[in-house]
Amino acid sequence: MTAADNALLSVRNLVVAIPTRGGTLIAVDDVSFHIDEGEILGVVGESGAGKSLTGAAIIGLLEPPGRIASGTITLGDRRIDNLPYERMRRVRGREIGMIFQDPLTSLNPLYRVGEQLVETIRTHLELSDRQARERAIDLLNEVGIPSAVERIDHYPHQFSGGMRQRVVIALALCTEPRLIIADEPTTALDVSIQAQIIALLKKLCAEHGTAVMLVTHDMGVIAEAAQRVAVMYAGRIVEIGAVDEVVKRARHPYTHGLMGSIPHVGHEVDRLLQIEGAMPRLNEIPGGCAFHPRCGKVLPRCSSERPELLPVDDSRVSCWLYDPAEAGGRGADG
Amino acid sequence: MGDATPGGTILQVEGLIRHFDVSPPLLNRLLDRTGRLIVKAVDGVSFEVGRGETFSLVGESGCGKSTVARLIVGLYQPSAGKIAFEGTDLGALRDRSSVPEIQARMQMIFQDPYASLNPRWRVADIIAEPITARGAFKDRGSLRDQVAVLLRQVGLAAADAQKYPHEFSGGQRQRISIARALAGEPEFLVCDEPTSALDVSVQAQILNLMKDLQRRLNLTYLFISHDLAVVYHVSTTVAVMYLGRFVEWAPTRTLFSRPRHPYTKMLLDAIPDLEMTGRARTPVGGEVPSPINPPSGCAFHPRCPYAERRCSEERPESLLVEGTHVACHAIEEGRLAPFEGKTIIVAPEDAA
Ligand SMILES: Nc1ncnc2c1ncn2[C@@H]1O[C@H](COP(=O)(O)OP(=O)(O)OP(=O)(O)O)[C@@H](O)[C@H]1O
Ligand SMILES: Nc1ncnc2c1ncn2[C@@H]1O[C@H](COP(=O)(O)OP(=O)(O)O)[C@@H](O)[C@H]1O
Ligand code: SF4
Ligand code: SF4
Ligand SMILES: [Mg+2]
Ligand SMILES: [Mg+2]
Repeated sequence: MTAADNALLSVRNLVVAIPTRGGTLIAVDDVSFHIDEGEILGVVGESGAGKSLTGAAIIGLLEPPGRIASGTITLGDRRIDNLPYERMRRVRGREIGMIFQDPLTSLNPLYRVGEQLVETIRTHLELSDRQARERAIDLLNEVGIPSAVERIDHYPHQFSGGMRQRVVIALALCTEPRLIIADEPTTALDVSIQAQIIALLKKLCAEHGTAVMLVTHDMGVIAEAAQRVAVMYAGRIVEIGAVDEVVKRARHPYTHGLMGSIPHVGHEVDRLLQIEGAMPRLNEIPGGCAFHPRCGKVLPRCSSERPELLPVDDSRVSCWLYDPAEAGGRGADG
Repeated sequence: MGDATPGGTILQVEGLIRHFDVSPPLLNRLLDRTGRLIVKAVDGVSFEVGRGETFSLVGESGCGKSTVARLIVGLYQPSAGKIAFEGTDLGALRDRSSVPEIQARMQMIFQDPYASLNPRWRVADIIAEPITARGAFKDRGSLRDQVAVLLRQVGLAAADAQKYPHEFSGGQRQRISIARALAGEPEFLVCDEPTSALDVSVQAQILNLMKDLQRRLNLTYLFISHDLAVVYHVSTTVAVMYLGRFVEWAPTRTLFSRPRHPYTKMLLDAIPDLEMTGRARTPVGGEVPSPINPPSGCAFHPRCPYAERRCSEERPESLLVEGTHVACHAIEEGRLAPFEGKTIIVAPEDAA
């Protein structure tokens, strides 16, 4: 599982720093992962874990004063973390698409949906107005907007929440990007519409070989859509592996706690598993394993020594329980 | 999960209707030659809630869940219908403040723990407000003690009373809202998406707390969530809403294992399932139509695979079939058997 040969996106030792008056905060701390062509990588974790900042760093849209302090980001065979603004803007439009939680932030309420699609297409592709408009209609059809020929001339507010999100996906797809960063794309939507959007994302990956980084806190969505999952805690990846491995055989105590806290239809439990406490603030991240104050399996060394992300079976886990030197203990659920 | 309603009925709702007039101003209507626009947010809803149970409302965005909740606690005035709380009809009342003793026994918890707490008040004052409003304290000292008890009850510290809301996390703020709701010593809590803004881990803490409090204080909950797994976990009875009406309501296990209404079946099929990694759920076809001009007859008919002519002409009445209340012509006509729902696995210690 080291740097796969067909990795489309490869993030190496990424550190995102936010300088403040009280000192520099480290929001993303030495994060490495890759996404293959046609693959969906799920990224989960409680709010404040650093998921969105990781995505923002990749697309070069970190809000100042936040910045990439170290590490490399490679798209295909090109480094993109150190590109000048104008070059990065072109990469962003052409090769990386973005989908955010609130479709209204990506759509301009004053312009018709078609105008926005055509403009984006023409900025990045050599097409005439007519060709661009035809392409826009194809895209709206592809994302499942009924009667696209008429709806293309409607304004965003004339679409329902689910349809707007589909328009945003169409906008992200305009230029056939190789990578899509989707940050909570279905969180604001009903389960019914959520299912439609996920089905659409999966189809795109399968048919166009698009790679997707799918940030969400909904494990159900991850289980259904992603091939692999990265679990983030306090700015670091604590577990990464195949979706089956992470969802059904969570190894890190934090992943295990997250899974246990989710209710399931048909499973009757009196109480849900509870992870006590909350994700630490950036200026209060504990030393050693950042999860140790909340961990039920904590070992003496956890408060002082930081565990590395190391292979455990086919996954990678950062937890001292899996250190061969820890005699006796192995695993979060005993 | 208990059965039936051993504690008797606490709330009875009958023919509840709330319409909103969202028409443009008269002059614009005259100029554009358009008529009035009426949103039928709640359009004839009847149900009963037993004491000590958790009655949940589910349905897609805009189907009227929050409006039902607001009608029950008196934040909206019904256009028509009866809301009987322990036998007293509140529906016809112009102003709930004429029945303070009843109003105090009902409290509401909102989705957004940020917006629902006054940022300029200390936690102590936020929580004490329902107590001082009732004059239910002897002196400053006893008030402070009551606040401390309430804070501990929701898993916070007595010292937190001196802090302001912004000093707390989302989950902690929701605990403060719960403490404030409990300060009125309510029996009936209306919870509108109380955990939707929270992480799953924090949601688990709040749901566990709500269950503990329910047992300890014999509370009744009217619970709203768009997360069907959460609803399954907390509810004794579940009602499925569609465009301002109940299409089906039944005891939780019955509804999930033997759904009868085609819309219920559609919603259940849309639930993402952790066990099914890599497999697709069945996407629901179409979207909820506008409540301004809802489809005629059965409002679900444009999306329903079993629709026949009668469905677009006549509104189906609610029937009681083996413990399930369901409104569907196909069922009444005997041409639609119960669907196969979700498999229910009862943990051994819970089976008794
Ligand atoms: N005060 C109001 N004025 C006008 N329309 C309203 C008002 N309150 C609710 N509505 C409308 O009534 C319908 C039902 O709204 P309600 O808030 O009850 O839905 P909901 O089921 O709670 O949805 P969600 O899942 O999105 O919370 C919607 O179409 C809504 O826009
Ligand atoms: N008092 C109100 N005035 C106008 N519109 C409202 C009012 N309350 C709710 N709505 C509308 O009802 C819909 C659902 O709102 P609401 O239920 O409050 O939000 P949520 O979906 O977060 O629960 C929204 O479209 C909102 O604009
Ligand atoms: S390293 Fe220690 S504290 Fe961290 S998750 Fe593992 S056992 Fe728990
Ligand atoms: S009444 Fe008709 S349209 Fe409505 S759910 Fe039943 S079969 Fe479908
Ligand atoms: Mg985020
Ligand atoms: Mg609502």
